[in-house]
Amino acid sequence: MNLYDLIFYLFALLTIVSGFFVVSSKNIVHSAFNLIFTFFGVTGLYVLLGADFLAIVQIMVYIGGILVLLLFGVMLTHKATNVEIKSGSIKVIPAVIGVGIFAAVLISIMLSSHWKDIPGSIPSTTIYGLGKLLVTDYVLIFELLAILLLVAMIGAASIARREKE
Amino acid sequence: MEHISLQHFLVVSSILFSLGIYAVVTRKNAILVLMGIELILNAANINFVAFSRYGNFGLSGEITALFVIILAAAEAAIALAIVLNIYKTFSNVNVDEINKLKE
Repeated sequence: MNLYDLIFYLFALLTIVSGFFVVSSKNIVHSAFNLIFTFFGVTGLYVLLGADFLAIVQIMVYIGGILVLLLFGVMLTHKATNVEIKSGSIKVIPAVIGVGIFAAVLISIMLSSHWKDIPGSIPSTTIYGLGKLLVTDYVLIFELLAILLLVAMIGAASIARREKE
Repeated sequence: MEHISLQHFLVVSSILFSLGIYAVVTRKNAILVLMGIELILNAANINFVAFSRYGNFGLSGEITALFVIILAAAEAAIALAIVLNIYKTFSNVNVDEINKLKE
């Protein structure tokens, strides 16, 4: 076992264990803070796969943006005086059985399939290639996503605005 | 022990996907359901990047993962706005109790 394998198992364990706490924790704030470690573990996996730019974007957008947004959502949808923010689960046993079967089937498919497994050489940086692809092959999707983000921003602002009575 | 291959990453993403499904199915609070959706999107992203690295397709998989991150950000903003509106109307955000669109 070399260093690469060791770091992979470390980040995989971090991702899965903190992901388990996200879905099982009674306290919503604990779930949100465990989500940080899940995102961080996924970032580590991206780095191991040679996707440096994507790892930075993951940290900035997920941890810096989405997670803060979710925490704001938690704080705004509960009484501020209520320190213990709890939330229960429903129908746990059928869900565990169903999700367990689903996970077993999924993992067995992943392990038994013959994937095309030819690792290319890791480029020293992916930013040049990604930038070039964004303005050549994927320029239409790039522009559409820009419009989508504008629409989402205006839509979110107008939905969340307090209406004047 | 064998060297890390594509299948190791696929197994991690399968487990993360299943955890996300579990959160969406069982949790009462709408924000926890959203966290489950984020876990699912992250699992899909791991698959995209892993196939991009091991399938020798160039950077197409990483571009797709980038687009998924953008969509996740837009989805989280809209969903949080809807959840805040639901909280204003019903004073809670438990998805098993809310069965009307307006009061």
